[in-house]
Amino acid sequence: MLLIYCPYCEEERSELEFRNAGDAHIVRPANIAEISDEEFEEYFFLRQNPKGLIYERWRHIHGCGRFFNAVRDTVSDRFHVTYKAGEPKPDLDAEPKTNETVETYEALEGVAE
Amino acid sequence: MRKYSVFAVAREALRGHKGWGPHWASPEPRKQYDAIIIGGGGHGLGAAYYLAKEHGITNVAVLEKGWIGGGNTGRNTTIIRSNYLYEESMDIYEHSLKLWENLSQDLNYNVMYSPRGVMMLSHNIHDQQSFKRHINANRLYGIDNEWLTPEQAKAYCPPLDISKTARYPINGAALQRRGGTARHDAVAWGYARAASDRGVHIIQNCEVTGIRRDETGHVTGVDTNRGFIGAKKVGISAAGHSSVLMQMADVRVPLQSQPLQALVSEPLKPIFPCVVMSNSVHAYISQSDKGEFVIGAGTDQYNSYSQTGGLQIITHTLDAICELFPMFRRVKMMRQWGGIVDVTQDRSPIQGVTPVPGLYLNAGWGTGGFKATPGSANLFAHLIARGEPHRLAAGLTLERFRTGRLIDEAAAAAVAH
Repeated sequence: MLLIYCPYCEEERSELEFRNAGDAHIVRPANIAEISDEEFEEYFFLRQNPKGLIYERWRHIHGCGRFFNAVRDTVSDRFHVTYKAGEPKPDLDAEPKTNETVETYEALEGVAE
Repeated sequence: MRKYSVFAVAREALRGHKGWGPHWASPEPRKQYDAIIIGGGGHGLGAAYYLAKEHGITNVAVLEKGWIGGGNTGRNTTIIRSNYLYEESMDIYEHSLKLWENLSQDLNYNVMYSPRGVMMLSHNIHDQQSFKRHINANRLYGIDNEWLTPEQAKAYCPPLDISKTARYPINGAALQRRGGTARHDAVAWGYARAASDRGVHIIQNCEVTGIRRDETGHVTGVDTNRGFIGAKKVGISAAGHSSVLMQMADVRVPLQSQPLQALVSEPLKPIFPCVVMSNSVHAYISQSDKGEFVIGAGTDQYNSYSQTGGLQIITHTLDAICELFPMFRRVKMMRQWGGIVDVTQDRSPIQGVTPVPGLYLNAGWGTGGFKATPGSANLFAHLIARGEPHRLAAGLTLERFRTGRLIDEAAAAAVAH
């Protein structure tokens, strides 16, 4: 279970209080009736799904009830930063990089020797 | 390949079992193949097998970044059924179920397919209406599925609690008698052995790091940690990592990778005769031939490649199991694990051509890919050999997210992931 820092409540709470709400920074086209099928697919269905850093939305549904954004590593599940809705994408190059993570328990076997 | 038979077993018994060889060869990769399949799970190995068997294409390599049987093929809960709602789904899952019925004979390898019946519990009037709609759709399409009263459900699966005072009372069940389970490792090993016997190269510990194309955009091969390997046709069948591979060819696909967990109990004597699933309370359970209860939990709510998952997810499933089967409350759980499944927005798979010529995709099987293994592999081989989808997989294209012709099994899945 994840521990998530809510930038509005300013404290770490258990994942049980939160709902993941998919990719962050997706803007609904203002001219939604006029866009092409390709553009609609891009807006509605295509997501990043990165193996690495993901920008995603969370909602503190059993807390303050507000949406906020987070940057999380999808390999280690470690949160880099959470920030309020409407704030720009954080500059992660300024942040110190984490050590390389291993994916599975099996990948660790034999490493210790 | 040594054929397995009762005579082979008897002969080896007399010789101290020293004559058994490896199941499949582990050759050095060639410079060039006619086709490469990325992903050595059941779907990928099966596709290679059917390419060789049905389409005469034997110069094929299956590239697996880990080891055979180490991915989702060896991590699932082995449930087989075909009682889906829409024709596109029924086509492919029923094709698969028919192949399961004769798979052990076809591969000369015991995959332990056991049609013990898959029973889906109905807890409320909505479940009942939904299941009866499924039953009617299935029967009109020639697929077996029947409605049971609570008493009939209890008779089919005696450990079930059908009392009116139960925490999750049951008002009926849908039963597909031809559904059941199979031994998941054996499926991967059986396909690997049969494919290797027909000349397919199975290359383990070979991770694809790039997909190369020529100036016209056509695929020319793949870069791997063992060097460049050429092929004019490349099929991606890599479950949770399919979108990572597609990004190497600059194609975005509507897939989300999420952890899905399962767990098994300590082994017990045979007590549980079938597979039971409950959508409303989210639980599914069967008993393996080793005696362990095999229990499936739900997906986590976030995208991840961590091959683990939250404890609250399996706790929720075990809560439901203990209420439905009170006699299992003191059973100890032995192992828990996670796999990464690739989920589409309409919860139906994608199998078809991609915008890159020579690149084929078999993905999006989400939380239910094991049951589809033979059918998916068979039709994926057809796609790679002919360059166009088989009639039974014609609706599973990548374009449906553009045209809007979705196959909305999200509301029709056996459990709500």
